[in-house]
Amino acid sequence: MSKVDINRRAFLGKTGVALGGLVIAPGLVLFDFAHAQQLPVRKPGEPASSAVRWGMLIDTTQCGSNCNECVSACSKENGWPEAKTPTDVQWIRKIEIKQVSTGRQVALPMMCQHCANPPCVDVCPTAASFKRADGIVLVDKHRCIGCRYCMMACPFKARSFVHEPVADHDSDMPRGQGTVESCTLCVHRLDRGVQPACVEACAKTGHRAMIFGDLNDPNSEIYLRIRSVTTTQLRADLGLNTGFSFVGL
Amino acid sequence: MRIFLFIFLLATAPAWAGSLEPKLDIGKGGEHCVEDTRYMRLNHMRLIMHQRDETVHLGIRGSKYSLAGCVDCHASTRNNSVLGSNENFCQGCHAYAAVKIDCFECHSSKRRMPAAAASAEPAANTAASTNKGASTAAKSGTEVSK
Repeated sequence: MSKVDINRRAFLGKTGVALGGLVIAPGLVLFDFAHAQQLPVRKPGEPASSAVRWGMLIDTTQCGSNCNECVSACSKENGWPEAKTPTDVQWIRKIEIKQVSTGRQVALPMMCQHCANPPCVDVCPTAASFKRADGIVLVDKHRCIGCRYCMMACPFKARSFVHEPVADHDSDMPRGQGTVESCTLCVHRLDRGVQPACVEACAKTGHRAMIFGDLNDPNSEIYLRIRSVTTTQLRADLGLNTGFSFVGL
Repeated sequence: MRIFLFIFLLATAPAWAGSLEPKLDIGKGGEHCVEDTRYMRLNHMRLIMHQRDETVHLGIRGSKYSLAGCVDCHASTRNNSVLGSNENFCQGCHAYAAVKIDCFECHSSKRRMPAAAASAEPAANTAASTNKGASTAAKSGTEVSK
């Protein structure tokens, strides 16, 4: 058992009992408040570890069709202006899908699915697209030449190209013209042990459609939920093994 | 005639050579830099190049060397930026050495401010001057306060 796991257990012991969670059936916890706030933090100088795999579970039954809070939160946190035209930068977007035969509609947020076998990394000619040890798929903008092969390769249309010069830079999230970018799972927040901005915003609205955590940690909320309810990965036929799963698709 | 001009230039050389050297506003600074001045002049780019790869690829943050750290200390006290005029720390020296500076096409050239200071800062910045650096500093001030 690694040190991180011990910390997590100690933390759970203290706060989990006090806060509890929303139990929808015996043994089936919908949302664990104890997990919502703080994630394990690495020691200074310690690189991201492959023992962790960050992932997200999106519960489409909880996602509000008119709610756009996750998108606004991402835009504010990472400093991209909200999209007005189809070519504008968009790290996360809300989509609505409808089953034609039954008329059933489902709303969900769509962003980088942080694949275990990411096609964007396969096609990148400069090795700018890469997967960090803890499963986060990123663009090293120092290496990106803006060729946009990764945008073509991504089955989820998750990546955007920055066409215009960027005026107001964010200290935490550098962005620049001529590079491709996408959801980073708020890597600058994760490295300080804070959840991604969209997850925090979603919890604040009360929808709680996004559950974030370590897919490798048997005590994590996301691990327990994926074990207990039916979840779907998008385009599972492509064998990408996405870090994101969906409930209610 | 030409020889007189040459002698004149030679005699006044120390004066005009001195005037070309950048007069830098080194910002508030700290007690001392992360390395000594001579080492930093030669190697600052190597230090942050190494650090950036560790941060981007391995997720190691809070290291001794960082671009944001440079900016925090050396941003001008007038427009809160390392860019804006040839007196600003990064721009001034890079203009003198005729080396193009790419960092700030993506990275912030403004000092990171604590949330409390951010609300007071924009007014001071816009009053300071009308150059580009000052107007964007005011915007970033409001951004940090989020």
